[in-house]
Amino acid sequence: MPDGSEKLSAKARYSAGVLEYKKMGYWEPDYEPKDTDIISLFRITPQDGVDPIEAAAAVAGESSTATWTVVWTDRLTACEKYRAKAYRVDPVPNSPGQYFAYIAYDLDLFEPGSIANLTASIIGNVFGFKPLKALRLEDMRLPVAYIKTFNGPATGIVVERERLNCFGRPLLGATVKPKLGLSGRNYGRVVYEALKGGLDFTKDDENINSQPFMHWRDRFLYCMEAVNRASAATGEVKGTYLNVTAGTMEEMYKRAEFAKDLGSVIIMIDLVIGYTAIQSMANWARDNDMILHLHRAGHSTYTRQRNHGVSFRVIAKWMRLAGVDHIHAGTVVGKLEGDPATTKGFYDVMREEYNPQSLQTGIFFDQHWASLNKMMPVASGGIHAGQMHQLIHYLGEDVVLQFGGGTIGHPQGIQAGAEANRVALEAMIFARNAGDDYLQNGPEILARAAKNCTPLKQALDVWKGVTFNYESTDAPDFVVTPTTS
Amino acid sequence: MKLRQGTFSFLPDLTDAEIHTQVQYCIDNGWAVSVEYTDDPHPRNTYWEMWGHPMFDNPDAAAVVFEVNECRKQFGDYYIRVIAFDSTHGWESIKLSFIVNRPKDEPGFHVSREEVKGRSMRYSIKSYATDKPEGKRY
Repeated sequence: MPDGSEKLSAKARYSAGVLEYKKMGYWEPDYEPKDTDIISLFRITPQDGVDPIEAAAAVAGESSTATWTVVWTDRLTACEKYRAKAYRVDPVPNSPGQYFAYIAYDLDLFEPGSIANLTASIIGNVFGFKPLKALRLEDMRLPVAYIKTFNGPATGIVVERERLNCFGRPLLGATVKPKLGLSGRNYGRVVYEALKGGLDFTKDDENINSQPFMHWRDRFLYCMEAVNRASAATGEVKGTYLNVTAGTMEEMYKRAEFAKDLGSVIIMIDLVIGYTAIQSMANWARDNDMILHLHRAGHSTYTRQRNHGVSFRVIAKWMRLAGVDHIHAGTVVGKLEGDPATTKGFYDVMREEYNPQSLQTGIFFDQHWASLNKMMPVASGGIHAGQMHQLIHYLGEDVVLQFGGGTIGHPQGIQAGAEANRVALEAMIFARNAGDDYLQNGPEILARAAKNCTPLKQALDVWKGVTFNYESTDAPDFVVTPTTS
Repeated sequence: MKLRQGTFSFLPDLTDAEIHTQVQYCIDNGWAVSVEYTDDPHPRNTYWEMWGHPMFDNPDAAAVVFEVNECRKQFGDYYIRVIAFDSTHGWESIKLSFIVNRPKDEPGFHVSREEVKGRSMRYSIKSYATDKPEGKRY
């Protein structure tokens, strides 16, 4: 039965009028993707009555060279090369009406080193295309040839650890709360207490910039006083993520320069500043030996729903190219969205040199990272010391665990809260290394550590049993297919 | 003031048996373990003195504990740490670092502030112990 991929004569192909996308060359079931092709995996939900193959071809067309009608000017170009090619369409397991469409793009379609250019094609007009009810970009395979056009994270996990002189355990952080309203002087108090108590980092929240209650310069000055005092009190390198997010690049550069002049080891930006601004700040960070923290503010508007938007694993890949050092990536056990398998997939994208295909964690393609630096994932939102064994089990060692409420909300104060978290962490890492079944025995390990640490005992008492058990909205769709011999 | 550098500085001081468990973990991961000492605990003092080379190819944690104790005999009032080095591509750095010996008295650090233009500030941190020359600090 003809599937639309049959070659038309040139005359038939380029006669004026409207032709199905699959007949225009955007569906090539025999196509073998080249090593240098960028491959996108879309989840498509065609409108009722729309053939899924035609829908996939349309996505390929609308995200590359096509428009709604045949244009003769195609014939002035090497149009075969520039057409994206849908080459495989599979029904999504257990999801009637949804299909996974694999689409390959030639490398020449993209400008080197520009996330803005990549995304303008791949998630450009096509997401509003009427014949589709919904469209989601699930994953991308980025060829090494393309990766090599990006600098990647300025610092990376290894150099960050060397610079902070911190090895063998997750880093600890806390977001200053309340996130809005504190004056600079009061804000710095929280930073000082938390760092002195045992945290490595404190953090501005995503929406703390320069408001009437606290001008950014005031915040930076008081925070750096706190950082230096805490560093002297403990003999450790300490940091606070100074959020330089602002309305213009000029203003962000100005704030970043001030953070640098004050001796901060780290600055912070929000995802909402946009891909180009992120790449510019990454270059600045690279030039100034600065760790760059990214808060993924806004991502859930397009990452959370399973049928429409962009998966966070794709955002993570783009951010590794763009060059941030830290990125929020979920806690599994905390208050925010995070299926364990899906979250593991995100963490692997950030931290591994090579990601083999792994459908159970949502990784659809083998991905080489060409020695691009690794990003430090940040786990933040509704976590506390009593979950330490689970956090280490799910998230591993190279991660920043951020206990905001779980530090500042401690009944004996912020220093006590920080100390509780640090003691819980060190006790759990010690037990893991010593060969203890720490996931199983976590509560006993914590109780034992609490005998030498009253703040930990109080933390365990206050937050015991606090969990957030809700079903995840974003989980991988796959079925285990038995291998046929 | 207790110096909080290293992976386990918020736990009670480790016994030799406890040090053994952590060193064995490193060896089992294929990391080279070494012993270092210093009397300059500044957080950015990267290069502590090496008590011999990293113990490449050593399969036995007891040998490391032995070296820790040898180092303690000579530098009992210094900071001594055990570090484990992973030569795997993509890491090629330290994987674990923990303090196994401290001076009896840890005087801590002084923050100095230099007020510069605007309300800005230049900070530096200095150990009270390092006013004296190396070898005479603790």
